[in-house]
Amino acid sequence: MNKILEKEVLSDVAKLMVVEAPLVARKAQAGQFVIVRVDAYGERVPLTIADYDREAGTIVLIFQEVGKSTMQMGTLEAGDELVTVVGPLGHATELDNFGTVVCIGGGVGIAPIFPIARALKEAGNTVISIIGARTNEYLFWEDRMRAVSDELIVCTDDGSYGRKALVTEPLKELLESPGKTISRVWAIGPMIMMKFVSLTTQPFEVSTIVSLNTIMVDGTGMCGGCRVLLDDGPQFVCVDGPEFDGHRVQWDNLLSRVQFYKEQEQVAVERWHEKCKLDEVS
Amino acid sequence: MAKKTIIPTKTPMSEQPPAERIKNYDEVPYGYTPEQAIAEAKRCLQCKRPFCIEGCPVEIDVPGFLQLIAEGEFQGAINLIRETNALPAVTGRVCPQEEQCEAVCALCKRFESVAIGRLERFVADWEAAQGPLPVPELPPPTGKKVAVVGSGPAGITVAADLARMGHSVTVFEALHEPGGVLVYGIPEFRLPKAIVRRDIDYVCRMGVELVTDFVVGNTATLDELLEDFDAIFLGTGAGLPWFLNVPGENLNGVYSANEYLTRVNLMKAYLFPEYDTPIALGRRVATIGGGNVAMDSARTALRLGAEESLIVYRRSREEMPGRDEEIHHAEEEGIQFHLLTSPVAFHGDGKGQVKEIECLKNELGEPDASGRRRPVPVPDSNFRIPADIVIVAIGQSPNPLIPKTTSDLQTGRRGTVVVDEDTMKTSKRSVFAGGDVATGGATVILAMGQGRIAAKAIDEYLRTGEW
Ligand SMILES: Cc1cc2nc3c(=O)[nH]c(=O)nc-3n(C[C@H](O)[C@H](O)[C@H](O)COP(=O)(O)OP(=O)(O)OC[C@H]3O[C@@H](n4cnc5c(N)ncnc54)[C@H](O)[C@@H]3O)c2cc1C
Ligand code: FES
Repeated sequence: MNKILEKEVLSDVAKLMVVEAPLVARKAQAGQFVIVRVDAYGERVPLTIADYDREAGTIVLIFQEVGKSTMQMGTLEAGDELVTVVGPLGHATELDNFGTVVCIGGGVGIAPIFPIARALKEAGNTVISIIGARTNEYLFWEDRMRAVSDELIVCTDDGSYGRKALVTEPLKELLESPGKTISRVWAIGPMIMMKFVSLTTQPFEVSTIVSLNTIMVDGTGMCGGCRVLLDDGPQFVCVDGPEFDGHRVQWDNLLSRVQFYKEQEQVAVERWHEKCKLDEVS
Repeated sequence: MAKKTIIPTKTPMSEQPPAERIKNYDEVPYGYTPEQAIAEAKRCLQCKRPFCIEGCPVEIDVPGFLQLIAEGEFQGAINLIRETNALPAVTGRVCPQEEQCEAVCALCKRFESVAIGRLERFVADWEAAQGPLPVPELPPPTGKKVAVVGSGPAGITVAADLARMGHSVTVFEALHEPGGVLVYGIPEFRLPKAIVRRDIDYVCRMGVELVTDFVVGNTATLDELLEDFDAIFLGTGAGLPWFLNVPGENLNGVYSANEYLTRVNLMKAYLFPEYDTPIALGRRVATIGGGNVAMDSARTALRLGAEESLIVYRRSREEMPGRDEEIHHAEEEGIQFHLLTSPVAFHGDGKGQVKEIECLKNELGEPDASGRRRPVPVPDSNFRIPADIVIVAIGQSPNPLIPKTTSDLQTGRRGTVVVDEDTMKTSKRSVFAGGDVATGGATVILAMGQGRIAAKAIDEYLRTGEW
């Protein structure tokens, strides 16, 4: 059992929880994730560790309410408990002083990119960050990102805040700008964003790291459900990743794999909404 | 002495009829009644030199317990089994008896062997019906601490044996439920989970501490655990699923058997949407492989509502490694066997979903290292089998997570942890290993047998400090 200590609504779609998980906090590093179960009926949901406090024995989880499990998790409050929080899983981000790096966070991906940007900054890199979302309401942590970046570019798809652009536009300008040598790019966000970031950097031959959030069960390399097809064969995201070289990922296969349970997810969400309505009347 | 008349065949065990059982997840065979058990136990010849004991990896005194059943002394019979086997209700159901004790039964020369497995199951179930097992009196604590990694049959056996010797034992399990393959792999209709839970509960009542949601290698490394424990037993199984590595294997609808069975058994996807974890329901489900895992997958697919469930196996029926009973049950349930057939590619429907398996026909060649005849593909015999779900059940090996994160832990062929078979000692001081992690995918009883050897050696190591 892992107690929720704090809850914060970050945006219309993103919620933050500080969760008691001393064993995870003790070992967590930027880039790793946990698997969470909301209750005894729950599925095993992978969530990136957005931050951790080793002394307090807590970790920060940020999630978007995209399916039944995350919607249910969103109804929990401080004091409630999660039945499973296991980890830290996967490899940590490879940290080094690469020179100038770009960190891109899209939507709820802003949360997991933050500890990576912070760690890269601490490792001596010049960090340029780009954060983006569909609209202003979906943005958060601008101040935090600014604090760990040498330069921060904010964009929204609809122009309601910052620059009206997709994150790939300022990225391309940075790559083309003669005064800057970008050594590496990190991108975390919707699958489609990561795909297009990878396609943008490919002609410039700038190494691009993406963090993949595939469908998982165990998170320990036991089921293979999380597998991603790279140019040279399949790998398990939970143990070989979650970070991969975006230029080697076969994106179309991945995009179809993450949609596999779409119909069932729809059923579960509808059932959940009905249950919520019933709870309101009774 | 008057000549004993032998009933030539095993006393039949009643079962759910196939047409009915493919619609539910209840256990298939019902088990013997006391009268049936006594009649069957009386078939034993009580040989002077009983080969059945040697045929059992944990050397159960088979004639001894059969004699007691024949006399109606069920408590005595189960006590005798428990001296060497901590999970009799499990092994009575899942052991490949036809290759072990029953294969060498003296009756086999002319008749069917004694139904040793069914009788083991009978007394174990009889015992459970008497109420919770009383916890044995434990010796005073030795003050030594042992960590057991993995809660499958190997880990549970070691934990029970060491607790009985007075050591303090903590079991670390990566998943949220203990039991290993018994819980996430073998389906309910073959091994009811209540049985596994009961056996684990018994071990916990003996004072063993169980920590779930703890992935050794991630949550703490083996080297870190060694700072807190005097010895460690690795019983982490062979959980890494193999794939065929052929084109199209990453299409939607292609599962590993581990994933398919874990979703259904551990996560209860068959009760979706009451439980949150989904599973894709196919109309025509093809399982690749010929072992127990393949039979379990194909039979599970039927119960999930598949109209057709197929087994695709590269050798012939003869070479199938699964238990006879499982293959027989699968045939009864109407599973179609496509034998001497090897997949070479998967083809999709253009939208990322698997639609067909491209296969080659095989002929049998010379025996290979396993002693079974090798499949030799017939050139240009390519043909396609339509399937909307494919389950790959061609084997598994140990997960590399712990070896990768541990200093000086030697591994051998296919990632197995190298052990001294007399003591189960690994290359790393204070660390022992046994079960599938040492043998590669094998059996429940072998895992338990190695667990017993390890527990003895661990006890000796803790007492003497000699490695
Ligand atoms: C579907 C299926 C059907 C089978 N049918 C039969 C049968 O009919 N008869 C038979 O005899 N055998 C059968 N087997 C084989 C049998 O189940 C295994 O040989 C046996 O379970 C091995 O026991 P074990 O204790 O070594 O490992 P497992 O049962 O695999 O248990 C290992 C445990 O360790 C845990 N673990 C792994 N890594 C870590 C880690 N890093 N940290 C913490 N915990 C970890 C796992 O989660 C698991 O719970 C079957 C196997 C499968 C998959
Ligand atoms: S989630 Fe099962 S292997 Fe990665």
